[in-house]
Amino acid sequence: MNQPSLQTRLAARGLDGTTLLLLPGLIFMIALFVYPFLYGLADSLVPKEGAWYANYAKFFSDPFQYQTIAATMWLALPVTIINLAFAVPVALRVRLMRRQRLLTTILVLPITLGTVFVADGLLTFLGPRGWFNHTLLLLGILDSPVKLTNNYWGVFASLLITGFPFAFLLTLSYVTGIDPAIEQAAATLGAGPRQRFFRVFLPLLVPGLAVTFCLAFVQAFAVFPSAVLLGAPAGPTRVISIAAYQAAFEQYDHSLGSAIALIMGAVELAVVLTVLAIRSLFYRGPAGGTKG
Amino acid sequence: MIRDQGLTSKIWRFAIWALAILFVLNLLAVIAAVIVNSFATRWLGTWLPAGWTTRWYFSAWKEFQLSSVVLVTFEIVFTVVIISGILGVTTAYALARRNFPGKGLVVLLFLLPLLIPPLTYGIPLATVLYRLGLGGTFWGVVLINIVPSLPFVVLVMIPFIEQIDPRIEAAARVFGAGTTSLFLRILLPLLLPGMLAALLLVLVRTIAMFELTFLIAGPTTQTLVVSLYYAVFASGVRAGQSIDAMAVVYMVTTLFWLVLALQFVNPTQIVARAKQQSAH
Repeated sequence: MNQPSLQTRLAARGLDGTTLLLLPGLIFMIALFVYPFLYGLADSLVPKEGAWYANYAKFFSDPFQYQTIAATMWLALPVTIINLAFAVPVALRVRLMRRQRLLTTILVLPITLGTVFVADGLLTFLGPRGWFNHTLLLLGILDSPVKLTNNYWGVFASLLITGFPFAFLLTLSYVTGIDPAIEQAAATLGAGPRQRFFRVFLPLLVPGLAVTFCLAFVQAFAVFPSAVLLGAPAGPTRVISIAAYQAAFEQYDHSLGSAIALIMGAVELAVVLTVLAIRSLFYRGPAGGTKG
Repeated sequence: MIRDQGLTSKIWRFAIWALAILFVLNLLAVIAAVIVNSFATRWLGTWLPAGWTTRWYFSAWKEFQLSSVVLVTFEIVFTVVIISGILGVTTAYALARRNFPGKGLVVLLFLLPLLIPPLTYGIPLATVLYRLGLGGTFWGVVLINIVPSLPFVVLVMIPFIEQIDPRIEAAARVFGAGTTSLFLRILLPLLLPGMLAALLLVLVRTIAMFELTFLIAGPTTQTLVVSLYYAVFASGVRAGQSIDAMAVVYMVTTLFWLVLALQFVNPTQIVARAKQQSAH
């Protein structure tokens, strides 16, 4: 009656030499992600002065600070909803296109170029003498140039330019995962375009759309460079990331900076978890037609 | 494919195409505005500038010390790519091949940095790095950039490794291959296309990664995108054309690698993380 060796017993539970390959990456993440996170949490509870919760009390009692949450939401939520609302019909159309590659390549440009470049471009494009105002004046839509930079709408436009392609490409990857035979079956049974969308596509898309919403929202919520460059960073587009950055690197109060950064993460996770919780109420299952 | 012929369907179809085309036009115009302005002698309130010149590129190259900035950018980006590639592929291999207690937790740990705003973990991490004396240094910038890149490599590589049949490795073992030759002669050739795609995507993302680099970069360790931010932030100090010339340099640097990456991956994969490979 020999007991199997420790090595054999561990291997039976999936722990052997191959599993150890995990360690370098894991140690790195613990050292540079988990540890700083806990450090930040502890740091935020040791304020420069006052009780342990002083940083949080300071943030939530100063309207200049706590209003940044509303300012960020007021930018991120509408933009994300608009991006998603446009992404779905466009993706359903583009799905039928045979040569999507050119379009998807163009749309991936703003994502890869990043918000700083887009902000720089929009400053010229949307400026009082830029092409945008020029075109609208020429078409007679406007009588005088409309101010679109250094305010809310500049940041809104930048989130639209980088966010729509992101939402669209994600939605497209979900839409193409739905078997066309399902739509054909619905059409054969007499469903019109509206019925096919609301009763066939939409229910199948809801899980994917929830994930798309979350990822798009994360990006919009974290808006930072364009809110400074294109917005009014002291006024309506003083978003929470600006507040966190200023506390940590302009007032050199890393304790307060960490506290605001954690509040930012908590607010964002609350929205994401709410959306994911709503998603779990809907249908989740195969979107393929043939093999269940 | 179903074609609806009703009038409302046609109007709807037209509206959607019009919307998509309008968006693409605006997007291209934003990029074109930067390029046109960088070649302009003077551009005030007209459709096109008064004249064309290339001198802004020379002045931008000197003013912003672009030769050293570009060099630093590439040093940082390639170091990030190599380190996150090595760590990421080994981690992804273990995660794809083994099931062990606590695996869900480990996967969650690699998902979180992609779900949390960069500034949320960036500010505490930057504080720690400054405390260690790494603020403003080359390795500080590299370390902070690996935090989002490593999970990205892992998540791209896991489905890719899963589709390689483990029996191939077993067969190589049967024929007497040691671990080294198994890795070099069996796994590496099979993994190379996936690795290339993942690493090129990390490369493009790291060049454009602003928030994290911005927190830690010092005067000698600014990457292109951070220098661009400072230039736009202090616009008015320098000619707008000069800033836009720098933006074009940044754009060309990014697009070169993007075009290369698109030889190996579908544009959708840049956001959707190799979903389509597993959809087969």
